[in-house]
This record gives sequence, structure tokens and C-alpha cells, in this order.
Amino acid sequence: MFESCSDPSALHGLGWLLCYLTTGKQIMFYGSFGIVLILLAVTAPVALIFGFGGALAARSSAAPLRFLGRGYIAMVRGVPDIIFFLFVPIAMDQGLEYLKSRAVCPDPGPAWTGNEFHVCASAKIPLGTAPQFYHEAYGFALAVVAFSIVYGAFAANVLFGAMQAVPRAQLETAEAYGMTRAQVNRRVLIPQMWAYAIPGLSNLWMILIKATPLLFLLGIEDIVYWARELGATKSSIYAYPHPDWRLYYFLVLLVFYLVMTKLSEIVLARINRRLAFGQATAAGEALRKADA
Amino acid sequence: MKKLILTAAILGLSAGVAAAQTVRMGTEGAYPPYNFIDDNGEVAGFERELGDKLCEMESLDCTWVTNDWDSIIPNLLSGNYDTIMAGMSITAEREKTIDFTQAYYPPAASSYMAMDPGADLKGGVIAAQTGTIQAAHVAETGATLAEYATLDDTIAAVKNGEADAVFADKDALKPFAGQDNMEFVGDDVQLGKGIGIGLRKSDTELKDKFNDGISKLKADGTLNELLKKYFGDDALTFKN
Repeated sequence: MFESCSDPSALHGLGWLLCYLTTGKQIMFYGSFGIVLILLAVTAPVALIFGFGGALAARSSAAPLRFLGRGYIAMVRGVPDIIFFLFVPIAMDQGLEYLKSRAVCPDPGPAWTGNEFHVCASAKIPLGTAPQFYHEAYGFALAVVAFSIVYGAFAANVLFGAMQAVPRAQLETAEAYGMTRAQVNRRVLIPQMWAYAIPGLSNLWMILIKATPLLFLLGIEDIVYWARELGATKSSIYAYPHPDWRLYYFLVLLVFYLVMTKLSEIVLARINRRLAFGQATAAGEALRKADA
Repeated sequence: MKKLILTAAILGLSAGVAAAQTVRMGTEGAYPPYNFIDDNGEVAGFERELGDKLCEMESLDCTWVTNDWDSIIPNLLSGNYDTIMAGMSITAEREKTIDFTQAYYPPAASSYMAMDPGADLKGGVIAAQTGTIQAAHVAETGATLAEYATLDDTIAAVKNGEADAVFADKDALKPFAGQDNMEFVGDDVQLGKGIGIGLRKSDTELKDKFNDGISKLKADGTLNELLKKYFGDDALTFKN
């Protein structure tokens, strides 16, 4: 990156460190923090939508929809996350390629033969000829889906509970005004439920932040991958040899996660306060007294 | 706009390069000097240079991808990449699940390395990388086998006293000699049938191409030069 870095072996002290910290590999490590942030930014809203759908379905008066909603919550919550994370991307990848092979391969044949999973070249997702970026984006997308399904189920449970917690009298009053069920949901239930949902959702957000290193498990080159790779002992074959520095690299990750959760706590406390305003809850009551 | 991006993405995914066959080369990226991630974040090392040379000779369009050692064979079988070039020795056990090309690295010596020259190699705790021929060998010697996911972890285990010695490929251990009193101990052991490119059993055409390329490189001496470049002048070479 810098002119002076062209001959690393001649460097020492701070100059060496500066050059070391700006190698292409280090830059990829810095970039991988972006991957974690993107994962959070995409997964959180998608999981919330899944959760919202799941909670509404679980409360539905139509039996099949209700079973679907309750089944989703029960099934995902009852399976260890890690197993789900390992299962979903492989199952989706092979499932999609299988379906595509039925559509595009001239002579598909069985996909699972012996110990191999084999589809014709044009049925690969992404195609073998696609740039590496598409392969990485595809792997990342599968991971996002897995995260969203799991955290969506947790969110569904929280939102389901929050909807149950809205005082029945509020809904009955709305019904007495002649509102339909959909109107009651939209105008009374959903606006009020957030105050009850937010503690559970905040908790879920914290767990989601802390679950992001699972990306590493899915073979995605995230911050854990790079910390391990960069921290490992570098012999003289590398331009910047150094002893085992994994301790320092993991320390950086530790600080990163602490900062992330601390920032989240501050923001969530504000949202909590905002949503409690005017609610018939203990927090709402405290706000009312403080104002008076 | 959304549609545009989606269309672009689909086009990108399905647009194929018509001319050269594309081959995804799988490697571990943590086994210098065979393969490692260099300071620019690129796969480098003996296998990268050899692989690129083979691809050029056989007019294949190759991209390199890394995968954990543990799952490198399962992910080859499920089609994430098409070859394994990761210092993988040809063994009867592995030949049951995948095919190998002819060896591009002769059967190599494996060695013990320890901080204490008198380390007990027959009854002590010996560190080895999981799923390697060295790990299998340690299990047979009667020593207590301590398995680790990467070569680095095995070295670290010896340095922090978890294991008495590490048993691994001699060339992979060489760079560590002299660090923190680490030195070779005991005799070298010959294991395996050399290192070859691993492929799915169904990819016979690709296997023929690589075999053809390796034969040519062996015949004109290029392969031996490459071996000397990466493993020193006393490297094992192929005799014509």
C-alpha cells in the first residue's frame, strides 16, 4: 500500500507494523467486519418479518394456518441452532440444484449416486464458470436464510406472547365500536403490542449479534476465519513472519462484540422508552409520573 | 430498479464462458509451502504454481477456493469444487471415496519435531493433524495421539506443552525448525504413495487431462525444478 512497504524484510518497529497492518490480507480482515454488519442488517428485518408472519399465523382463526404458525415456532425452537445452521444451507443448496437439474439438464438421471451429489454442469448454482464472488454471495445468502428462519421462529414466539399480553379490554372496546378482526389487529393490537415485545426482541437482537461467528461454521470467510488465519504463526515463507498472534486477534474480536452489544443496549433503551410512552405498563406509568 | 438488479444477477449467474472449461480448484490454504494464503490474501505456494501451470497447459480456466481440511473431501463430493490440491497423500483409505491423479510430489518423509531432544516418541503424547496419514501412523505406534484441526494448532500444542512432539510432513515442519527450540527428533518415516490431485470418481475426463499434464511436466523436468524451488535443493524429486 505504501511506497516504503515494498521490502518488508528491511522494516522494523512501527514501520513494519504499519506495513503489516495494511497488507491485502489485513484489508480483507477489516472488510469481513462489514460481512458481519451486513448479516445483521439483512437478518434482523427478515427474521422480524418471519416472526410477524409466524405470530399472526399462530393466532389465526383458520386451523391450517394456526398449525403452520405453531408448528414453525415449535419445530425451530426445539432444534439446536448449530444443527439447523449446518442442515439448512446444505439441504437448500442440494434441493435447489436438484430442482434446477430436473428443469435444465437434458438427461438428469439420479442426483445422489454412490457417495456423490451430482448434477449436470448447467444445473450448478451458481454455475461453475461464475466468478468466485457469486459463489461467496450465494453461500452468504444461504447463511442469511438459515439465520432468518431460526431467529424468525424466536421472534414469532416473542411477538405471539406480546400479542397475548395486550389487555383484552382494549380489543373488546375496539370490537364494540364495530371494527372487524383485521381492523382490531391493525389499529389496536399491533400498535400496542410493541411495548410488550421490545424486551424480548432486544434480547433476541443481542443473541443474534453473538451468534454471527456461526458464519465461520458455514465456511464463510468472516472475522473469525481471518482472525485465525492471520493470527496463526507465520514462518519465514511469508513476507511478514510473526509468532502465534491469535490471542491478540481474538482480543480484537472480543472488543468488537463488546462495543456492538454496548451500542445496541443504548439504542434499545431509547426505543424502549419511546414505545412505553402512554402505555398501561409499569414502564409507561413511570414515564407518566416523571412528567407530572 | 430491483428487477434490474435481479436480472443482472441472474444473467451473471448463468452467463457461461464458452471457450475454456472452468475448474474450481479446492485447497486448504494453511499448509505452507504447499498451499497458503499470502499477504495479499491470494492462494499461493507450490500447489498454486503447479496447478496454474497444469491448467494453462490443458487450457482449463481455473479458480482457487479454500476449504477447511476436515470437510475437504465431503465438499468435493457435493460439488463445491472440482479438485483437491492440498498436500493430500494418496492412500488406500482415501481411494475408496475419491480418485487421485498420479503423484505430483514423490512419497515424502514425515518427521517428529519437539522442543526436548529426548521426547518420548513411542509412549508420549504426539500431536498430528486430524485425518492425515501421520495421525493414522501415530495411532499405530502406540503413542497417545492428540489430534488438531490445523498444522498450526499441532505446533502450538507442542510449544505450550500439551504434546511432547508433533508428527507431520517433514517439509511442512521445516520452517518451524529453530523457533522456540523446536527441532527434528527421531528418524524420518516414509508414508503414503506421494501426493496427487484428488477428484470425484465420476470426473474421469478431468483426471486424464491432469495426468497428461503431470506426465509432461515430469518428462521435461519442470516439475523437479518446481519442487527444488519450493522445498530446497535437497528436495525429493522424480527420477526419469
